[in-house]
Amino acid sequence: MTTTDVGGRAAPPAAGPGAGVGPQGLAPTGRGVKGGSGLTPYLFLAPYLILFTVFVLAPAIFLIWISLHDWDFLLPGKPFVGLENYLDLFKSGTVSSGPFWSSMEATGKFVLYSVPLLVVIPMALAILLNQRFPGRNFFRAAYFAPYVLGVAVVGILWHFLLDPNVGLVNYYLDKLGIDANIPWTTETPWVWAALVGPTVWWTLGFNTVIYLAGLQDIPRELYEAAKVDGAGRWAQFRNVTLPGLRPVLIFVVTTTILASANVFGQPYLITNGRPGIETRSAIMHIGQVGLREFRMGEAAAGSLILTLALVLVSLVTFVAFRERKER
Amino acid sequence: MGKDQSTNGGGLDRRQFLGLGAGAAAGMLLAACGGSSTPPGAGGQASDELFGTGAEYSGPNVSLAFWNGFTGGDGPFMRKLVDQFNSEHQNIKVSMNVLQWADFYAKVPTAVQSGNGPDIAIMHIDNLATNAARQVIIPLDPVAQLLELQEDDFYPQVWQAGIYKGNRYGIPLDTHPLLFYYNNKSLQQGGVDGPPTDQASFEADLKAMKGKGVQYPFWVPSDWPAHLIWWSLIHQFGGTPYSEDASQAQFNSDAGVQALTWMVDQAKQGYSPKNIALDAQAVAFRQQKNALTWDGIWMMNNWSQVKSLDWGAAPIPNIGGTQAVWASSHNFTITKQAANDKNKAQAAKVFIKWISDHSIDWAKSGQVPARKSVRESPEFQQLEVQSIAAKELDFVKFPPAVAGIGDLTQPTFQLAVNEAMLGKKDPKAALDTATKKANDLLAANRKKYGG
Repeated sequence: MTTTDVGGRAAPPAAGPGAGVGPQGLAPTGRGVKGGSGLTPYLFLAPYLILFTVFVLAPAIFLIWISLHDWDFLLPGKPFVGLENYLDLFKSGTVSSGPFWSSMEATGKFVLYSVPLLVVIPMALAILLNQRFPGRNFFRAAYFAPYVLGVAVVGILWHFLLDPNVGLVNYYLDKLGIDANIPWTTETPWVWAALVGPTVWWTLGFNTVIYLAGLQDIPRELYEAAKVDGAGRWAQFRNVTLPGLRPVLIFVVTTTILASANVFGQPYLITNGRPGIETRSAIMHIGQVGLREFRMGEAAAGSLILTLALVLVSLVTFVAFRERKER
Repeated sequence: MGKDQSTNGGGLDRRQFLGLGAGAAAGMLLAACGGSSTPPGAGGQASDELFGTGAEYSGPNVSLAFWNGFTGGDGPFMRKLVDQFNSEHQNIKVSMNVLQWADFYAKVPTAVQSGNGPDIAIMHIDNLATNAARQVIIPLDPVAQLLELQEDDFYPQVWQAGIYKGNRYGIPLDTHPLLFYYNNKSLQQGGVDGPPTDQASFEADLKAMKGKGVQYPFWVPSDWPAHLIWWSLIHQFGGTPYSEDASQAQFNSDAGVQALTWMVDQAKQGYSPKNIALDAQAVAFRQQKNALTWDGIWMMNNWSQVKSLDWGAAPIPNIGGTQAVWASSHNFTITKQAANDKNKAQAAKVFIKWISDHSIDWAKSGQVPARKSVRESPEFQQLEVQSIAAKELDFVKFPPAVAGIGDLTQPTFQLAVNEAMLGKKDPKAALDTATKKANDLLAANRKKYGG
């Protein structure tokens, strides 16, 4: 649709760029399974459904129940408090509200700073790595390599690399004549660089691989057609690559937002939530309150609010990407 | 098998239930979280009946899970002791599991509740009451009696701290205070002979070293153990963090503010770098950039590993006017999980006695034994650093032993010290906020634990 018909040539059958072969094309047997009882589909679903129910659904419902109590799983008394845990979180000046919203803010900032970088840089890298050049596989592996490390390795490594006083990064900056003594892990705004930088280095390989797969799905003919129409590199990118990547892009943006919103290991290990609790993420805070200070009702209420916020953000992203598709 | 159970009049017992495999275990976890299972043996039921008689165990073979947080240089010492214990006791097998302390206190209650936790656990003095109130650990009065442990063999404050609502829950193993470590080369460079002992000499020595090219002679941390330094100093300046019955926080008293201000001032006067992140002061001490540091006695084996480091230890200097230093204590506890099985409980008793009797070997890991008889032994006198730390016992300041109080540290004064050290708030403002929050939390704790 975005490409014009190319002089009667056999254009690719699926006109929507990147749509590929839709499920409709694959399913001529839409009449139902012969001989199967009505139970069959549910039996196929069962293994996953059971796991989902036991490990996701039941705990989620249990979480709502906990959030309505002053809950400590070891104490015999778990008084029902109704919505008090929620009200406390929304009332300023209570023990719970300040740190919780500070952690939500920290999470929001981290998402805001890291997601654009994790969407754009891997895309540029994927386009580069999709070219033909010697050593291509080496570079593909090199960019993906950090992703195989665990968060503990990454966190401790960067905690010491970025240490303001005894870290290697400041040491080399000093050697280069920049005598800044930058407080990477103890002072805003530097702490955000200390969290976002290593995160991008660590996880960009994953998004790059997904983009690469997406790029390889875009039919070569579209580029040829665009060239015939006189499109330059930029026009090709805008009119062929970008629309072709749209389904992949939705996936990348949504999963990256969710992954960044669930950030825990990096602030836990690199900055220890410092200064104060300014880089303590929501997950870190919920863990601290629920599992270290044993105020589980409050922690449960907090995590439900976080969940709802994330559902909302995901919906907005989804709608935003859909709008552009109409025409 | 099914028939047997039905003749039992219903249901599986706990042991059979545990054997039912993963699916059932997940279900049980939920049930356990729901609090529907009442723990057997919890809440004052422990007795001679459970722990048997005497200090020996002659029953069938039994295995014990022993958990602690000795992740540092102290871990290998304890592991060696456990191995030795195992080789000397044919019918008891102790397996040791080490976790980070912060994770330890989060995991032990859950693990014990599900029956997969420790039978014996090491806990700090300020976590005993909390875990007693939460019924994670059981009373050990009979154990203290059977092992013939005498109060006058222990440091009184440590011995008393093990008691919650009239019952003893912990058997003290050691005491670990902060120590004052110094780099001999830096002292010589500044023309200083011997470590300073009071505020005047401390500050004069800093000035002398700074003048002779030691760029930063005294790195004051912003994170662990900064709040323990503050804890020592508030007592030195004549205050206490909590009121005597630990019902009120008074971090923002004059003494508290003076203590924190003195810490912040070290960077202002150029003796300490700014923005010291977690562990940097210790790394700097190893790298000989930090001349003086206040850190736990457990760090001594870390310094010993650095061959080129010429270091010494002294009691924490008296800055505020009254000698005082933070200290805590490791205690043996037996969990309610072991209370399900007489053999385990009795074997645990034997293990505790054996380690306590061997606490001189434990002292080598950087600890002061809790027992006076061990501290006064010639063997202990030969441990140089530990003997210096033992001198501090005259003026150590422990955290109070009140249920839930250990959970306050992190969100209140530890946070306030960090905020002030990193220049986010001035000392008074940081401590004001922390005090208010602590009092709110103390009130919540009173409601929760009924204290």
